[in-house]
Amino acid sequence: MTRKKRRLYFVLAGMCVLGIAAALVLTSFEDSLVFFRSPSDLVEKPIEPGRNFRLGGLVEEGSVEKNGVITRFSVTDLNEVVPVTFKGLLPDLFREGQGVVTEGAFNEEGVFVATNVLAKHDENYMPPEVADALKKAGQWQPEDGG
Amino acid sequence: MVAEIGQFVLILALITAVFQGIFPLIGAARNSQPMMRFANNAAFVQFAAIAGAFICLTIGYVASDFSILNVANNSHSLKPMLYKISGVWGNHEGSLLLWSLILALFGLAVAAFGRNLPDTLKARVLSIQGLIGVGFLMFILFTSNPFERLDPAPLDGSGLNPLLQDPGLAFHPPFLYLGYVGLSVTFSFAIAALIEGRVDPAWARWVRPWTLAAWGFLTIGIALGSWWAYYELGWGGWWFWDPVENASFMPWLAATALLHSAIVVEKRDALKNWTILLAIVAFSLSLLGTFLVRSGVLNSVHAFASDPARGIFILIFLIFVIGGSLLLYGIRAPQMKGGGLFSPISREGALVLNNLLLSTATATILLGTLYPIFLDAFTGAKVSVGPPYFEATFLPLAIPLVIAMAFGPFFAWKRGDLAGVISRLKFALLVSFVLVGFTWWQQTNTPVMSLVGLGLFAWVFVGSLLEWSERIKLFRGPLASSWRRMKQLPRSAHGMTVAHIGVALVILGITASETWQSEHLGVMRPGEIVSVGGYDFRFDGAETIAGPNYDAVRGTFLASTGSNKGVYLYPEQRRYTTPPMDTTEAAIRPMLSADLYTVIGEEDGTGGYAVRIYHKPFISWIWIGSFVMFLGGALSLSDRRLRLGAPRRARRKETASPDLSGAKG
Repeated sequence: MTRKKRRLYFVLAGMCVLGIAAALVLTSFEDSLVFFRSPSDLVEKPIEPGRNFRLGGLVEEGSVEKNGVITRFSVTDLNEVVPVTFKGLLPDLFREGQGVVTEGAFNEEGVFVATNVLAKHDENYMPPEVADALKKAGQWQPEDGG
Repeated sequence: MVAEIGQFVLILALITAVFQGIFPLIGAARNSQPMMRFANNAAFVQFAAIAGAFICLTIGYVASDFSILNVANNSHSLKPMLYKISGVWGNHEGSLLLWSLILALFGLAVAAFGRNLPDTLKARVLSIQGLIGVGFLMFILFTSNPFERLDPAPLDGSGLNPLLQDPGLAFHPPFLYLGYVGLSVTFSFAIAALIEGRVDPAWARWVRPWTLAAWGFLTIGIALGSWWAYYELGWGGWWFWDPVENASFMPWLAATALLHSAIVVEKRDALKNWTILLAIVAFSLSLLGTFLVRSGVLNSVHAFASDPARGIFILIFLIFVIGGSLLLYGIRAPQMKGGGLFSPISREGALVLNNLLLSTATATILLGTLYPIFLDAFTGAKVSVGPPYFEATFLPLAIPLVIAMAFGPFFAWKRGDLAGVISRLKFALLVSFVLVGFTWWQQTNTPVMSLVGLGLFAWVFVGSLLEWSERIKLFRGPLASSWRRMKQLPRSAHGMTVAHIGVALVILGITASETWQSEHLGVMRPGEIVSVGGYDFRFDGAETIAGPNYDAVRGTFLASTGSNKGVYLYPEQRRYTTPPMDTTEAAIRPMLSADLYTVIGEEDGTGGYAVRIYHKPFISWIWIGSFVMFLGGALSLSDRRLRLGAPRRARRKETASPDLSGAKG
């Protein structure tokens, strides 16, 4: 086998693998992008039920209501409020008035069913997405953390 | 006083590193012995100085000297001693100091063990190591000084994040850094080779031990990290395709590819350009990982601080290192002629396929990891790329890779015999089919991916053993002669078999735990029993206990099957005082057949507790397999032919008996 022929084989094999990878990336990318929305964003750009996304904001004061392992609460950016339900053990730093990011989808009744409440690692920590959302809503107070 | 000494020796280290970066390089160009030899001494002084600084900071932590800002921010006088020490690297400044220390250690190791390296190559390698050191030491001194004073000193420190107060995490960063920084040595060798314009099998043999060591440490570092996530976060998951995890997984994939392509350079004098490029890419990915994790671009437990000056510094450093090395590569690489021709069906061909798949997988992960950052930077849109993307792109690339794993070692160099290899592997194929068929017969609704996973496990496991037994002609003659052959087989061949079996075990662990996991989530009252995965879990109530720097609610579970008297599990819900923070401590009973995993949550106000119980079959094998992979690497590293001090001797021996050593890598 000549050097040229060998190089051709390599290039062909490389193209094949890259082509397959590109196809895999393109087919799965659109579906697995998870958007971040604040409650106000949802008023402007509603998301249809069943579509997975991340909802972030503050846990509204006085909204947490526990029933066994099912927790109902509301996420707010102090302008709009979205009701959320979550089945499972809440992360350690979940508290009323604190920043939270949840992942899940709306059900038909317009309640956000969270599959995952993201754990935060520090009690003064504000998720950057939530901080941005609060700034946009004009409700940002630096002492909230950051 | 200690802080000032630390600061001073750190500056000394920087000056030394600057000289180490310049003089040996000039010396190598002018062939000046004294200037080249200077590199050895500089490497020693640089290491001693950074070690001194590291010791100073450690003294600050152990003595709880809160006049040092870094100690005040990250330690507390009541913290257990282990975590006072691990707290040294449990923060941004200290972790960078650890990084530099390890970098200098590797430089020293090259100086000490590389006695048989050609003078110019060694001088250039140490010089490049010195330049990388300059970058990191400047970063520490100008943006992240660990010795900054605090006046007045507070009465007590603000404590270390309780999630980091954990033995697994005490050792996770050092191992990961040993891996990341170990790749700096292969990078330096690659740059030195580009400057010299020469890559030959001897070069590959010098690089191989460093790649192996880096790869082994990375394997352990990543395994420790995922193990920590598994038991500490209390979600029962062990891998989340989180950007921070990807940041460590990408260099590992690149290092794995490098490990395999360097064999081709060593044995067949081919794939040189590609191997050099991989060495550059692997270290670049390590730097990128550090950038992503340390700059605060990603938010996670790892992003200690987000100071824009730091991010910009790392970004410039990154552009300088990656851009510079790729530029040099572009200029020099075309001059290097590849050797050895081979057909696609051959050992080389299989290793090329391995490299293609590994590097493509790395690229898809890189895309998924960076996409949200770029999208945010350019459009301000916040998105995240979730596990479905990584699973959909990584798994289809990993499956052919794993299939090829059993084939590759059977092929001869240059031209392999596919039909012959298939017939020698038919037993492995048979075992895979029997296992898959039996599983499907037992449970017809088993997901297809689980069947594939089980099949691949058996294929690689049996295939690797078959290859090994073929090498020693097991059962083809007297056992004594097989024993003799086994002892003569190079350790690197044993190492490969062991590492590949490790991969098979990891596949088993992942497949079985994902497929047959069972879970119970609910409120339990004292005395209540639930059955999960064939075990009865009896909840015996909860009590409040006091730990050294926390209070906890501790639940008691008795897990038993009908036949034995069972084991007790004590999950806790801890409340730390400094910093004030709650953490979940899962109680796990690891067994070879399954892990029992219990988590206790809050009381519901009527005496019931929210609990989560998992039964995870074979999950321990993920970490056992990772450790076996590490052992394979270590075994390979101990090969006489690779012994760090003896590359020349080994080389002569090989030319005398090409058959024996040409057998395997």
